[in-house]
Amino acid sequence: MLQINGLTAGYGPVTILRDLSFQAAAGQVTCIMGRNGAGKSTLMKAIMGLVPAQSGQIALLGQPLHRLPAHKVPLQGVAYVPQGRRLFGPLTVGENIDVGLLARNGGAKTRNFVLDLFPRLRERLDQTASTLSGGEQQMLAIARALCLEPKVLLLDEPTEGLQPSMIALIRDTVLKLRETGLATVLVEQRVESVLRMADQVAFMAHGRVEAQVSVTDLRPDSTLFRQFVGV
Amino acid sequence: MTASQKIWALHLGLIAVLFAAQYVLPPYHATNLARIMVLSIFAMGYNIAFGYTGLLSLGHALFFAAGMYGMGLSLTLLGWTALPALIAGLVAGGLLAGAVGVLALRTAGVSFMIVTLMFAQAGYLALLYFGTITGGDEGFNPDRSLRMIGSLDLSADTPRYLVALGLFALALLLCLWLVRSPFGRVMVAMRENEERSRMLGYNPFAIKLITLVLSGFYAGLAGAAYGLLFGYVGATFATIQYSILPMLYVLLGGAGTVIGPFLGALAMFYLIDLASGITDAYFFVVGAALVALVLFAPKGILGALRERGVRWLP
Repeated sequence: MLQINGLTAGYGPVTILRDLSFQAAAGQVTCIMGRNGAGKSTLMKAIMGLVPAQSGQIALLGQPLHRLPAHKVPLQGVAYVPQGRRLFGPLTVGENIDVGLLARNGGAKTRNFVLDLFPRLRERLDQTASTLSGGEQQMLAIARALCLEPKVLLLDEPTEGLQPSMIALIRDTVLKLRETGLATVLVEQRVESVLRMADQVAFMAHGRVEAQVSVTDLRPDSTLFRQFVGV
Repeated sequence: MTASQKIWALHLGLIAVLFAAQYVLPPYHATNLARIMVLSIFAMGYNIAFGYTGLLSLGHALFFAAGMYGMGLSLTLLGWTALPALIAGLVAGGLLAGAVGVLALRTAGVSFMIVTLMFAQAGYLALLYFGTITGGDEGFNPDRSLRMIGSLDLSADTPRYLVALGLFALALLLCLWLVRSPFGRVMVAMRENEERSRMLGYNPFAIKLITLVLSGFYAGLAGAAYGLLFGYVGATFATIQYSILPMLYVLLGGAGTVIGPFLGALAMFYLIDLASGITDAYFFVVGAALVALVLFAPKGILGALRERGVRWLP
């Protein structure tokens, strides 16, 4: 589904990602792990065209993404929920969803799909987004991204700073989405969450994916976790 | 009463009150109110760009003046009648905003302010330079016989008030419809987080350009109406003062509120009117009022109301 080959990217003269290769398959959850500064968030931004590729290719179903302007990448079928959620605070829950739907002329079917996925948002459609709890804001950020009807969903630390019940809810949602055939790429630091959700795990260090393995090859005390995450 | 009903009741109620005001107010204040309504159209346009989309421009005097001169020169040079001349002014404001936007929107923030200011200054200097056509520093007064729509004499008090009210009502209701439309939500999304909007597939340059053109149409209409209704077309309206005034109206009334620009224009107009009756240094009084505003109600009159419970205010 999503294929990255030999990607080198960075900010101006500073190179962050170096000759990085990575893939994410449809109907699978691929978790990205690595220490701070490994380049996980930069990889997400590079896929979205926010960090320009200096060399290498990013392709979705064989179609190159790396030459597109950033605003055209989501319309090809890649949705991104960044760290910190970044909602449109003064707009209501319903209006945030509408802004997402309008981008792809999404209709009632998509709206109902995302609201069925997060019934709590349906109860708060008229509530201003900035007044939601952290967990509800994360739900709304994911719901708004899903309004794009993506083929690939990128989630950057979606459970960061959330209470355990919300973490479980987000985790369940990711697993439900997997059933729909969506390819999910998830930056996650909790080993327990990774082992429960992931089909594949990519370990990053120094701007490269050093290893990409099936989760069935991993255990909580695997050397790879110690080597790349430090736990 | 639903929020939507309250919103329509408020806006239609304001138009009704303004209609009734002409029968109650003395002629001096009725003329002032006509002027305020026209300046409010200008401020509404500024609010679309700044209040809803986050484009802080210092060049809107250029679009106002484009409307005014587009109307005035269509009357005097091309021999058009008042209504087509008014439309020419509106179009001139929008087109010029589009041309400026194509270049200025390649910048953002402070750079955007400076670039728009430079365009406005260039426009002002061009008006002076081509003085044989524009009347230069002194401007010109379109003949009273040209300021007619059919048999309606726009230099007379009642028709002038009614035309100002009609244009104000049209601009207000269009603005209300715009900000409550899906595109209005996208404008706010752009103001709140441009990068996030881009990640939903919106092209920020295109959205901001459309918004600036809409804002230019409003400014052009206001400039054209001002020249037509009050009988003067002058380069003064292209100076930086007329770029700052709509910003102050919007900040005072409440940025990102539909009625805010009208309230801001009303309050500022009478503040200047009253202060200038007391002292020649009336801008000191205005300045003090603005400092108080920033300290005690930084979101303006309606912004403060919205924060304190009237959340349905658009």
